[in-house]
Amino acid sequence: MCGIIGVIDRQKQKMNGSGIKEALSLMNERGSGEGAGYAAYGIYPDFEDCYALHIFFDNLVEPKSKVDDIIQKWGRVVHQEEIPTKEQPNLKRSHVPWRYFFKPYTDLMTGSLTPDEDIVKYLVMEINSSTIEGALVFSSGKNMGVFKAAGWPEDVANFYKIDEYEGYIWLAHNRYPTNTPGWWGGAHPFNLLNWSVVHNGEITSYGTNQRYVESNGYQCTMYTDTEVVAYLFDLLGRHHELPSEIIVKAMAPPFWDEIDEMNDKERELNKAIRLTYGPALMNGPFAIVVATHDGIVGFTDRIKLRPLVVGEHGSRLYISSEEAAIRTMDPQVEDIHMPGAGEPVIGRVVT
Amino acid sequence: MSLGSVPLKYRIQIDRQQCMQCMRCVYNCSYGVFREEDDGNILIDSRKCTACHRCISMCPRDAINLSEHPVDYRSHPLWTPQAREDVINQSRSGRIVLAGMGNAKDYPIIYDRLVLDACQVTNPSIDPLREPMELRTYLGQKPSKLDIRKQENGEIKLNTKLSPNLELQTPIMIGHMSYGAISLNAQLSLAKAAAKTGTYMGTGEGGLHKDIYPYQDNVIVQVASGRFGVDINYLDRGAAIEIKIGQGAKPGIGGHLPGEKVCTDVSCTRMIPAGSDAISPAPHHDIYSIEDLAQLVRGLKEATEWKKPVFVKIAAVHNVAAVAAGIARSSADAVVIDGFRGGTGAAPKVFRDNVGIPIEAAIASVDQKLNDQGIRNKVSVIASGGIRNSADIAKSIALGADAVYIGTAALISMGCRVCGNCYRGLCPWGIATQREDLVSRLDPEVESEHVANLIKSWTLELSELMGAAGINSIESLRGNRSRLRGYMLDEGTLDVLQVKPVGA
Amino acid sequence: MEPVHIDAKGLHYTPLNQQIRRAVSEGATEIIVDNVLGQRFIADGLKGEVTIRINGVPGGDLGMFMNGPTCIVKGNCDHAPGNTMDSGKIVIHGSAGDAVAHSMRGGKVFVRDDIGYRGGIHMKEYGEDHKPILVIGDNACSFLGEYMAGGIIIVLGKSDNTFGGRGVGSGIHGGEIILRGELKERQLGVGAKITEFTEEDLEKISPYIEEFCGSFEIDPEKYLDTKYTKIVASSSRPFAGKYVWE
Repeated sequence: MCGIIGVIDRQKQKMNGSGIKEALSLMNERGSGEGAGYAAYGIYPDFEDCYALHIFFDNLVEPKSKVDDIIQKWGRVVHQEEIPTKEQPNLKRSHVPWRYFFKPYTDLMTGSLTPDEDIVKYLVMEINSSTIEGALVFSSGKNMGVFKAAGWPEDVANFYKIDEYEGYIWLAHNRYPTNTPGWWGGAHPFNLLNWSVVHNGEITSYGTNQRYVESNGYQCTMYTDTEVVAYLFDLLGRHHELPSEIIVKAMAPPFWDEIDEMNDKERELNKAIRLTYGPALMNGPFAIVVATHDGIVGFTDRIKLRPLVVGEHGSRLYISSEEAAIRTMDPQVEDIHMPGAGEPVIGRVVT
Repeated sequence: MSLGSVPLKYRIQIDRQQCMQCMRCVYNCSYGVFREEDDGNILIDSRKCTACHRCISMCPRDAINLSEHPVDYRSHPLWTPQAREDVINQSRSGRIVLAGMGNAKDYPIIYDRLVLDACQVTNPSIDPLREPMELRTYLGQKPSKLDIRKQENGEIKLNTKLSPNLELQTPIMIGHMSYGAISLNAQLSLAKAAAKTGTYMGTGEGGLHKDIYPYQDNVIVQVASGRFGVDINYLDRGAAIEIKIGQGAKPGIGGHLPGEKVCTDVSCTRMIPAGSDAISPAPHHDIYSIEDLAQLVRGLKEATEWKKPVFVKIAAVHNVAAVAAGIARSSADAVVIDGFRGGTGAAPKVFRDNVGIPIEAAIASVDQKLNDQGIRNKVSVIASGGIRNSADIAKSIALGADAVYIGTAALISMGCRVCGNCYRGLCPWGIATQREDLVSRLDPEVESEHVANLIKSWTLELSELMGAAGINSIESLRGNRSRLRGYMLDEGTLDVLQVKPVGA
Repeated sequence: MEPVHIDAKGLHYTPLNQQIRRAVSEGATEIIVDNVLGQRFIADGLKGEVTIRINGVPGGDLGMFMNGPTCIVKGNCDHAPGNTMDSGKIVIHGSAGDAVAHSMRGGKVFVRDDIGYRGGIHMKEYGEDHKPILVIGDNACSFLGEYMAGGIIIVLGKSDNTFGGRGVGSGIHGGEIILRGELKERQLGVGAKITEFTEEDLEKISPYIEEFCGSFEIDPEKYLDTKYTKIVASSSRPFAGKYVWE
């Protein structure tokens, strides 16, 4: 049991993190104080062309010099610094959060259509798959960042001074861990490149999904099921160039008896998706919100074992585990509704 | 009984007080254990008994008792009675020992050292009777990705064409047992059962008898090295075509149907001369290399205008994973792996008991290799060889199989008691025989129902197991090794299976 | 109906076969395929009464599973023409590769010159009207008629070179292999034996020799005598004594 919330301003009007912090804290009953986190888009306008690599270092000696070595081989570090934090009495500082603003040398990656992204993905996989001990990349997109730690939502937010960031998309997660309590890496959101994921539930198909992404060049290193969602979105969205509603269909497809009833064209499409992306189907209870720069998408498992509520207000779209959390952020919210099982709720940036 | 004989394998005794001398045992035993004396007494020759249990199941008074190894040898851990008797047998005959059914050696059974998972608290188990549960399985090539574009008008357009796939309502299929090896009534029962349960049965390499034609949409036709019964009509009728390279019970060798089993009807179905041995050479003589396999696959597809999936069946041997990866590149749609416990009507005992590897390890390594090479989508993986129950099936799928073939289990549901004397052609259950009086004992209406019941009950159990694991679609069980744990398996095997030990 | 012309230059075998099938379904009785080079599976699984003239060098498995048509090839063939053929005829104006007429069950394969190894392997006959005939104008290689279970293989040796291969009829359990000239015992395969070639045998194979010679406009006269060696199975149950029950 966890609590999730996501918001997008489709006009790209920015919000600071104070609202979502409050909303997330409202759902403290859903968490256990052992993990919380935030993702925000549009927060690094000064480095918008750089990949912002957020890394947990166990210390700044060996792990950092090794990370410096490998990333400087693959690109240029435009700027780096410790992520500003403020000590919180109830939060044990287990790592030093650091950020690099990084530009890959695109000519180094052969045989790729998106060499810069593949270099960053490679670095994330390389560093995280324990080749470098004491370093963990937990955020790697452009002009966005994840901030997470083991603790209650408000402590984590205050630790990272979330109030001071301005973003047009925010995701947040309040964790009740079962697998890796107290581990900062296990907190949500999970991120790869521009994809960030918050997830409530447990994926019973994890082994199958994991094998699928691993056979496509990803390495699962976080000891938890959620990271696989980020990789699936990267694989299906970036590599296979599927529209987001199709990605959701692959992960939470209609049942066969429903497909059998469809018209020829729909049936062919849905059958093709199920046959091709069977290993991407996610089973078990889940409510998920995924974000990227263009928008957010929220959806649940196909028999609706987890809650998800949607609200809209002007250019803002909210998706959360609980209506109250949305109303905390925006008391004027309108059009509250609950999407059907497996039905994607999509909020796109209007350009 | 002659001087120098080995002890009895089985002793048959009749409880004379119970016996009503109805003579059903005399009539039913095709091996000649029972003889009616002039005075109405029944004389027993236990030496002829095969433990087929036909007499026992037909005795109205439960008067017949059978005991195995009624005479002890001096016990010895190395020189088992079996080892001694084989030596005696071969020193007298100078021949190869022929044996029936699957591997009879006491290897550890990996299935029995794997345990499945169930949900508690963190996710709900699903009641398959009340919530949707999907076991529908498609066998065949899948694209590695779809080309789906959103049009200007918002419409979604699919630009990828799917290859032909077989649609199964359950991941359980009936394996290839040829007409010739088994009777027509037996094959007919299997075909009817496959049609009833929305799955498929294999013809084996003995051709397709015209009585099976009505069920051809549920039949996979096999092309083996002898090419028995293979013509364009045969290929056109099958729902899919399977090239048999090898068999788990006897990897690396061919097969032959002894001439006495080649009656007129078998001869016509196999399209071979009556009464002569039907010989399947060890290799296909148009396949001496992997690219030749691709050529036969494409030759079969070309003949059937690329409308049918083509499977390739191999025995699970040491480098099964590499072979499967080669097959995946051949245009084949599925690879069938047959483990070393696979059944057979007849195999040299030395092969049956000593060659090949267990199916559990084979599934795991094949699935892993295909995954590593990024070609898992190119073929479906069908596992067979020693699958005894729905748990074995669930474990096979969790290890990476798409579907399974059952063989021996289907025969048992029709009466077979695994006596292992199929090669003698005297099967009193009417299964592994062509003798008309014996074949007529097997009623396809009744036995197809039994086979169908077996598939139905296993399918039901599978849904319960999946539901308990919080999974409502079979594709989420496939390759989901995190839902398995190994119990008392060694580290090497766990590593091959990529399964954690219990408690981990 | 006029012959249908197909230019196979640069054409993959699938569209080529589709064109052939279409022509046959539209009633063509003669199809001429030019510029054939390496296309496999020509006439694979094809049914009908059509004659296909193939100009060039087709790829392997020409006429595989074929049921009825006649293929006349002006050129050499790759391996296994007539593979598992049911009925029909393949006439090759040239030589062919290994495993010619593999598992052929009916129909005829005529090769004007030489064939490779394992010619006629596992050819088999059954019933009244399924008796495969393989005739080779010049010479064959080792393991000719291996596993053979029926039909007739005739090797005419037109250049008078003696058969130098080994393993003739290895595992044969039906049918006849008829070689022009002599064969040494050591050239025989397991389960094969030499029997006398008689006048009756000549009478039996004469029609095939005449038909073969007619196909290539050769005078059959020099082949119509009894200077042949006939190889047959020593038993139709070659494995009967191999096994003992458990």
